[in-house]
Formats: sequence, structure tokens, C-alpha cells
Amino acid sequence: MAKRGFDIRKLRGFSGIAMTCFVMLYMPIVLLVVYSFNAGTSVAIWEGFSWRWYVSAWDNEMVQEATVRSLIIALSAAAIATTAAVLAALATTRNRKFRGQTAIFALIHQPLMVPEIVTAVALLIFFATIKVATGYTGLMYLIIAHSAFCIPFAYLPIRARLQGMDLSLEQAAADLYATPFQVFRRVTLPQLWPGILAGAMLAFVISLDDVVITEFVKSAGQDTLPTYMLGQLRRVVTPEINAISTVLLMISVLMVIAYTLLSRTKK
Amino acid sequence: MAELSNTVSQRAARNRWLLLTPALIILIFAASGPLLITLFYSFLTPGDYGGVEWKFSTDAWFGVLMQRDIFDDTLGWSDAHLSILWRSVKLSVLTTIACLFFGFPTAYFIATRPKKQREFWMLLIIIPFWTNLLIRTFAILELIRNEGTINSILIALGIIDEPIQMLFTEFSIILGMVYVYLPLMVLPIYAALERLDFRLVEAGYDLYATRFNVLRRVILPLVKPGVIAGSILVLVPSLGAYVTPRVMGGGNQLMLGNLIELQFGQGRNWPLGAALSITLLAIVMVALLAYVRAAGNEEVKHG
Repeated sequence: MAKRGFDIRKLRGFSGIAMTCFVMLYMPIVLLVVYSFNAGTSVAIWEGFSWRWYVSAWDNEMVQEATVRSLIIALSAAAIATTAAVLAALATTRNRKFRGQTAIFALIHQPLMVPEIVTAVALLIFFATIKVATGYTGLMYLIIAHSAFCIPFAYLPIRARLQGMDLSLEQAAADLYATPFQVFRRVTLPQLWPGILAGAMLAFVISLDDVVITEFVKSAGQDTLPTYMLGQLRRVVTPEINAISTVLLMISVLMVIAYTLLSRTKK
Repeated sequence: MAELSNTVSQRAARNRWLLLTPALIILIFAASGPLLITLFYSFLTPGDYGGVEWKFSTDAWFGVLMQRDIFDDTLGWSDAHLSILWRSVKLSVLTTIACLFFGFPTAYFIATRPKKQREFWMLLIIIPFWTNLLIRTFAILELIRNEGTINSILIALGIIDEPIQMLFTEFSIILGMVYVYLPLMVLPIYAALERLDFRLVEAGYDLYATRFNVLRRVILPLVKPGVIAGSILVLVPSLGAYVTPRVMGGGNQLMLGNLIELQFGQGRNWPLGAALSITLLAIVMVALLAYVRAAGNEEVKHG
């Protein structure tokens, strides 16, 4: 142990830069949360603690409507995307390469590769035509658009879970004369469940946070929370935006922690 | 026997496509299909009040880089579009370099922590990554705006009298993009560093290498795939950024994403907007293909 005093893992300055990074990552978020409790109307000058901006956001009718709309869209999109992703993962995992597999993978991962603004514009063009043709301007456009870009986020954790699963249990069930549906219901599904939950939560958060695609697809008066906030940024900002942001932040943080616990492999 | 296995595999194939149907329908309807329609629209004539007229035209594609002179109708380079395109590429590359400068040491720091602590540090990187991009941009905005935290503190301390204009500059866009995309750089570099065999580093020191030489000749070559992956993961969304330049650039410092949006708002030139979108997509695809090739070469070398 002659190496005392010489740490081979140490590189000068790296820890300093890393610490700067962590401070830089969290300082703006912490300030954002702190000023949501500001008693004054400024987002920079502290005037004491108060819940007033949470109350004012809660009482704001625009915020209420946007919240309900955001939740409807995110829950529907997460449900649709997760269902489609489970079926797709069952079809594309644990089998030999089949014809068209590369094309299928490209299609499923497309929302991850194509810039959001490009998809947003494409959907604007396509849905504008449908809106004119059918006269329907409801929430379904947003739900379908969100479902599409949520599919890869739901698909990846489900597929990862499926790949790590032991085939022999299902073979044993089949040997004991279980029908394919029984095997799926009694053996595959219970094992797959954490992956499905993780995928659904990711899809929910991704949908809840989306700005760009929603901004282009929504019809008049269909603001979600993020597009409402984007619109408000043009005006004088009050800590009400901080209060809404803080609530959304909390949801994301809780979801990420739950996701990390769910997708952690058993030790 | 051969016949039996044939029908079994046929049934498996049929089931596979049945299972894939819902995902494929949604994706074709709301992802791939609209992209093809966009390509089609880029060859049409703009309508007077937005939308298109059903007449074939290649004007939109000329309009991506060229413009007709209003007086003598000659074709020339479109300075406005070229400068926006140049700014998009410049700011994206600078963002990538800055992310690398901050991200690599951070990933290295996490990878050299004791195993039990690493999960905690990684969670600190992952949480911002899954947090609303608009909220994070807004958090930075509050920090640097003229009435924001930094300027208020500096004025209160008497260091400056007038607020420093940081917002609505190219600097503020880079700052915003580095802030929101940094986790994308740290994640793949960390994944590569975690697998790094530190016995090789030790061997380097035993052979009298300096710390800098060990970093340059031993560590960097071994984690190169992670560095390339991180750079692409930052470069691609930067090129297509829309929210960050809109909030941090304030309408003066347009990037490609904002130029595209203009064509569907004030510009009312849908075919041009479509052609610009396809151009952006093509640039991103070139970056992704370059990455796939680089990653493929790397595998061949090590395999």
C-alpha cells in the first residue's frame, strides 16, 4: 500500500466543476420554489412567507380549466400509449428477428428522433385538414398526438422488463396445459407489472410536460397548464407562475423517484 | 412435421402483427403519416390566408436558402434565413461544447464515488431531466432577467447601478440550452465511465504518465463512445430547440424552430414552413447517421 496520498481516480479540478454543475442545476429550481412563497408580487425581492400565490392559482379559472384539461389528456394518453406499448413489446421482444423488424423499431422510436417542432408542424398541417373536413375540434386531437409521442417512453421500460424475464416460467405453465391467455394473465402479466407501471408513469409525466406539440395542435381555448404558462411569460410574471411550476415539479419528482424504485432490478 | 412448424410460425407471425396493430395505427396516424404530408405540402403553393393552394410549386424549397429580389425578381441568397441557419448551428455546437466541458467532469465525479453513493448522485442528474423543460427554462429566466435575482442582488450590493442585460442575447439562449440539456450529456458518459477498468489508469501511472496524459491517452479513448453519444444527444435537440430560444431569445434571436413557427403564424407561408421543417429533419438525420456510423466503427475496433 505504498500508494498512500496518490489517488489514481483523482483528476484536478474535476470535483470542483462537478460541484458547480450540481449547484447550477439546482439553484434556479430552488429559487423558483422559494419565490412561489413570496408575499410580494416580485419574483426577485423577498417580502416574507405567504401561501397567497397558491391560493390565487387555485382560484384562477383559467388555471383550473387548464389543469383539468392537462390531466384528462395525460391520463388518456398514458393509458392508450401504455396499452399499445405492452402489446407492441410482447410482439417484438424475446423472439427471433422477423421481417420488417427494423422498420417497426424505427417507427416506434420516431418520436424520440424527430425534433418536436417538426412533428408539431406536421400534426398542425394534418389535423387542420381534418378539422376543416369533419368540423370536430375537441380534445381527441391532443389525446391522439400525445399518445403517439408517449409510446416510445412507455415501450422502453416495458421491453427492458420483458427482456429480463425468465422464459422457463411461461414454458412450465404451458406444459401444465395453461392456454396462451392464461399464461399471459397468470404468469407474464404479474411479472411484467412493475415495467408497465413504470412505463405508464413516464408516459404520464411526458404528456403532462409537453409544450411544443400541444401549442401547435390545440384549438382555440384549449390551453393545458404548460401552454398557459408559456402564454403568461409574455406578460409581467407574478409568483403565481412559480406556484404552478412548484406543483408540477413536485409531481415530476415524485414520479421519478417512484419510477427509479420500480425499475430497479431485484438484488 | 415441416408443415406443422410452418403453420405454427405463420400463426406466430399473425399474432405478432395483431399485437402491433394499435401502436402502428397511432404512430402512422399521428407521427409518420403527418411527416409524409408535410413533405407533400412543401411542394404546394401558399394560400392567401394560411393553408395551401393545390398547385405544384418548388418555390418553397428555393425559399429555404434563396429569395427573389422585390425589384428585379432575380434570385439571390436569403440573408435572413442564412443567418438564422448559421445561428442555429453555431449555438447548438457551442451548447454541445459547453455541456461537454461541464458534463464530463460531473460524470467522472459520479463514477468515482463509492458504489452506494452513485445512485444518489445520478438521481440528482435524472430529476432535472424528467422535469418540465419550460419550468427549467423559466427558472433560468427568473435568474438572469433585468429584474431578476442576479441583477437585484448586484444592485442591492451596490456593485452596479443599471441591470446588466443578459436576457434576449445569444448568450442567454446558450445558457438556457446548456441548463436544460446537460443531463443528456452526463448520462451516457457516466454509463461509459462506470465500465472503465481503473487498473488501466493505474498501469498508466506506473509507466510514469502525468495525470493529463492518463486522461488524454487512457481514459478519453476508452469512453469515446459515451462522449459521442452524449454530444449527439445534446446537439440534436439543440438544433430543433423551440421553447428555449423563444423564451430566452425573446423574438430577436431566432433559431430554426422559431423560423418554422413564424411561417404558420404571421408569415402565412405553410409550404415554406413545411420545407424548413423537412430541412431541419434532414440536418438532424445526418447528425444521427454520423453517430450510428461512428458507434459502428467503434464496435468493430473493439470487437
